[in-house]
Amino acid sequence: MLRKFHRLPGLMAGLFLIVLSVTGAVLALAPTLDRVSAVIPAFGEVSVAELADRVVTHYPGTEQIVREPSGKVIVYYSRDGQAGADLVNPVTGEGIAPYESSAFFGWVKDLHRAFMLDDAGRALAGVLAAFMVLLCISGILLLARRTGGWRNLLRPLSGSGSKRIHAELARFAVLGLLLSALTGSYLSAQRFGFLPEASEIGPTFPAEVSGGQPAPVGTLKALGNVDFGEFRELVFPYPGDSQDVYSLTTRGGSGFVDQATGELLQYQPRSDGSVVQQWIVSLHTGEGLWWLSLILGAAALTVPVLSMTGGIIWWQRRRSSGQLPDNADASQADTLILVGSEGNATWGFARELHSSLNKAGFRVHCSEMNALANQYPQASRLFVLTSTYGDGDAPASAQQFMARLGNFRPGKALTFAVLGFGDRQFPNFCKFAVEVDAALANKGLGRLHGLEKIDRCAAAQFSEWGESISKDIGVPLTLDYNPLPPATVELELVERADYGLAIQAPTSILRFKAAEQGGWTKVFSGNHKTLPSFEAGDLLGVMPPNGQAPRFYSLASSATDGVVEICVRKQPGGLCSGYLHALRLGDRIEGFVRQNPEFRPAKGNLPIILIGAGAGIGPLAGFIRKNTSRNPMYLYWGGRDSRSDFLYQPELGDYLDDLRLTGLNTAFSRSDERAYVQDKLRQDQMALRQMASKGAQFLVCGGRDMAAGVRQVIDDILKPLNTDVESLKKQGRYLEDIY
Amino acid sequence: MKKNLCALGLAIAVAIPAFAQAREVAFTTELQNYRGDGAYVVLYLTDASGTYQGTLWVAGEKSKYYKHLSGWARGSRLDPAEYDGLTGASVTSGRTLKITLNLEDSLIDSGYEVRVDSAVEDMRDIRADVVAPLTTEGSGKPVSGRGYVSSFTYDLQ
Repeated sequence: MLRKFHRLPGLMAGLFLIVLSVTGAVLALAPTLDRVSAVIPAFGEVSVAELADRVVTHYPGTEQIVREPSGKVIVYYSRDGQAGADLVNPVTGEGIAPYESSAFFGWVKDLHRAFMLDDAGRALAGVLAAFMVLLCISGILLLARRTGGWRNLLRPLSGSGSKRIHAELARFAVLGLLLSALTGSYLSAQRFGFLPEASEIGPTFPAEVSGGQPAPVGTLKALGNVDFGEFRELVFPYPGDSQDVYSLTTRGGSGFVDQATGELLQYQPRSDGSVVQQWIVSLHTGEGLWWLSLILGAAALTVPVLSMTGGIIWWQRRRSSGQLPDNADASQADTLILVGSEGNATWGFARELHSSLNKAGFRVHCSEMNALANQYPQASRLFVLTSTYGDGDAPASAQQFMARLGNFRPGKALTFAVLGFGDRQFPNFCKFAVEVDAALANKGLGRLHGLEKIDRCAAAQFSEWGESISKDIGVPLTLDYNPLPPATVELELVERADYGLAIQAPTSILRFKAAEQGGWTKVFSGNHKTLPSFEAGDLLGVMPPNGQAPRFYSLASSATDGVVEICVRKQPGGLCSGYLHALRLGDRIEGFVRQNPEFRPAKGNLPIILIGAGAGIGPLAGFIRKNTSRNPMYLYWGGRDSRSDFLYQPELGDYLDDLRLTGLNTAFSRSDERAYVQDKLRQDQMALRQMASKGAQFLVCGGRDMAAGVRQVIDDILKPLNTDVESLKKQGRYLEDIY
Repeated sequence: MKKNLCALGLAIAVAIPAFAQAREVAFTTELQNYRGDGAYVVLYLTDASGTYQGTLWVAGEKSKYYKHLSGWARGSRLDPAEYDGLTGASVTSGRTLKITLNLEDSLIDSGYEVRVDSAVEDMRDIRADVVAPLTTEGSGKPVSGRGYVSSFTYDLQ
C-alpha cells in the first residue's frame, strides 16, 4: 500500500518533477550569486539617511531605493523624463551598473513555477509540489521499513544498483526536498486561495503632514535612526508635492516620514502573519539565506537521478512479476503456492515451482499470501514461499496473511512446507518465514517438509529443496531457477596458480581476461563486451557448461588490476569447481559480475582485521593489494599445510614488505601445531580487543562453519568491551562473505 | 474636494445614462514590450496639483499588490470603496488596455489630469507613468509614458 503511494505519484510526475528540480537547482544559485556581488556595510556603519543622502548626490531624480534580501541596493530614478534603475554601492552611493533583472533567471523562474503556461502551469506546479510531499513522506516510511526501524535510518544500506542509489540519494536529500515541496505547496495553495494569505496593506497615509519646506533627506531624523541592516525600501515623495511623504519599509515594519520635520508617522510593525509569510517565501527561495539555497539546490539535483532509478526499479519489478499460465482455480486446486514478496524476487521462484508441479500433473493454484482464502476444499498440500521485510516484518504481499489466518479453515489432509528467502547477513534472517511456519503448525496443519531458508536467492539451495520435496511427494521435481540471468561476458583463462594438490585439497588461483573478439563479431556483437567495473569483494558469476544456474565466486581483484581473479577450491563432486579446475590456459568461460558492495573494507585509517580460511583468502588478498594508502591491515588465515596450500604466499610476503599488510598470522590444521584460525585469534585477543575498542572493522570470508567459529571467538574477545558481533554488524564493522 | 470626489465616483461607477451631461471617454493604454509578468496599471484623476480625485480603472486583481501603484495608493488610501467595481485583469507586456467610461462633462477642461501608475512583479514601480491633462484639445493625441506604458490616448466621444 505504502509502496503504491510512492510509486504512483512518482511515475505520474517523474518528468515534470525533473523540470521542477533542475530549474529549482538553477534558481538556488541566484541568492549566492547576488550575495557574492553585494557590498554589505557593517552594522552601524551606514544609516538610511546617509545612504539616501549619498544616493541622491549621484541620482538627483531618485524615486525609490530598495535593498534586496541579498543586500544589493537598487536605486530607481528618473532622468530627463525617463525612468532608470541602477545598482549602487551602499557605502558611497555611487552607481555600479544599470540594474536589470536577469533574463535567464526570469526565464528559469517562469519555467519553474508555471511551465511557461501561466495559471494552468502554476496549478500544475502546485499539484506537483504536493506530489513531492507525498513522495518524500512515503519514501521516508519505506526507507524506515526497509532498514528495520527509525533508529537504523542512518545505518549503511544493503542492496545494489538502482535500488541502492535511489535509497542512498533519497536519504541524503529528503529533508531538503521535503522543505522545498512543503513550502512550494503552501505558496501555491495560497496563490489559488485554498489557504489564507497574510497580506499586509501597510499603514494608512497620514491625514496631516506638516507641509513645510522639505529638508535634505540626509537630515531626516527618522531615517537617521534606521541602520542599513534593518532597511528594506524607501520611496521618495513626488517632487513638488509638499503634502507627500517618504514611505519607509524596514525589517520590522513600515511607516511614513514627513519630508519637512523628519518625524516618523503612522509606523506600523510588521504583523506576525506577514513575518511567517516572509519566512515561508525565504525557505522556499533561499532569498537572503544563500547557504540554505545551496543545500536546497543540491537536494533538488538528486531528483533527476531519483526519478530515473525509481523508474528502473519499477520496471524491474514489473518485468519479474507477471501472470502465471495455467493457474488452477483456488476451489479446484490440489496444491497451493502462497507467495510473500516485497520486490517480486520471490515470485520467480514461485513460478518455477508452479510450472514444475504443473508438469508433474498437479492442479496448482498460486497467489499472494494476502489472498489467502478461508478454505481450499480440494487442497492437500500448501507451499509458502516468502521473504522477510526489514527487521523481520511481513513483505508487501503478505501483510494481511497473519490476520487472514484467523479465518482460515484448513482441510484435515492439508500439509504444508515453508520456504524462506533472505540474506543471512541480516540479524533477522527469514524471521517472517519462521513466524509463518510456526503459525501454520499452530493451526494444526501437518508438516510436509520442515522450514528451509534460502540465502540471497541461491539457485542451488532452491534446487536442493526441490529434490527433498520430490522425495516428500513422491514425484520427481526439477527446480531450476536463476533469477533473471544476467548478460555474460566471455573470459579467457590467462594464468593459474595451483595449490594443495599434495594434500588432496586442490585449490587454484585463476586469472581471466575478457576474451578478445575478432573482426566481425567485434563490430556486430553489442552484448559481448567488457565486464562492468568491479572491485575485490564483488562476485563473479560463472555459468557451468551444461546450462545450469550460475555459481558465484568472490573476486580477488579489482577492474583496475586488469584481470579477473578468483580463488577456487575443487569441491569433491563439485560441478562448477571441477569445470574451473579443468580449464587450461586459453580456455574460455561465460561469466558476469554481481556487485557486493556490503563487503568492503571501510575507508579511513582505522585498523582492518581480515579473517579467512582456505579459498576465502581471495577477496581478502584483493583488499590488501588495493591498500596502497598503507592503512593498518591484519590478516588471519587458516590453511591445511604450509608446504602445500599456503595460498598467495609470495604475494603476501611482498605486501608485508611494502606495508600494504601490517601483520600476517597463519594457522595450519595439518601441520605440527594443528591450529585453526580461531586459535590464532584467541592467542591475539589482547591486541584484537584493543583494536576493536579503537573502532577496528572485521571482514570474514570463508565457509559457514569457520565463520560460526570465528563469530564465537570474536564475541568472547568483545565481551569485556560490553559489545558483541551483533552490535558491530549493525555499525557495519563486522562483515561476512560466507559460502 | 470631498463633494467632487463623490460626484466623480457616482459618474463612473454607476454610469447612468440619465446624467444629461455625461460623456463617454475611451482610454487606450498601450504597454511596452518589457520582460516580465503582467503589469498592474491604474488610471486615476487628479487635480492640477496632483491631488487624487478618483479612480478610473485598476488593471490587476490582487489587492495585496496595489500598494506598488504608489501615487494612487496614497491618494485612494487603498480604500476598497474607491475602486469597487472598477477592476479587471492585469495587462501583459506589449498588450493594450482599452476601457470606456462615462465621465461628467464638468471634469473636462477643468484642470483635471489623468494619471497612470504601473508596477510589475520583481521590477520597479512607476509612479505617474503617464500624466495627461483631461482637455478637449488633448483628445486623440497620444502621450508617451515613462515606464511600462509606451503610449496613452483618451478619446472623447
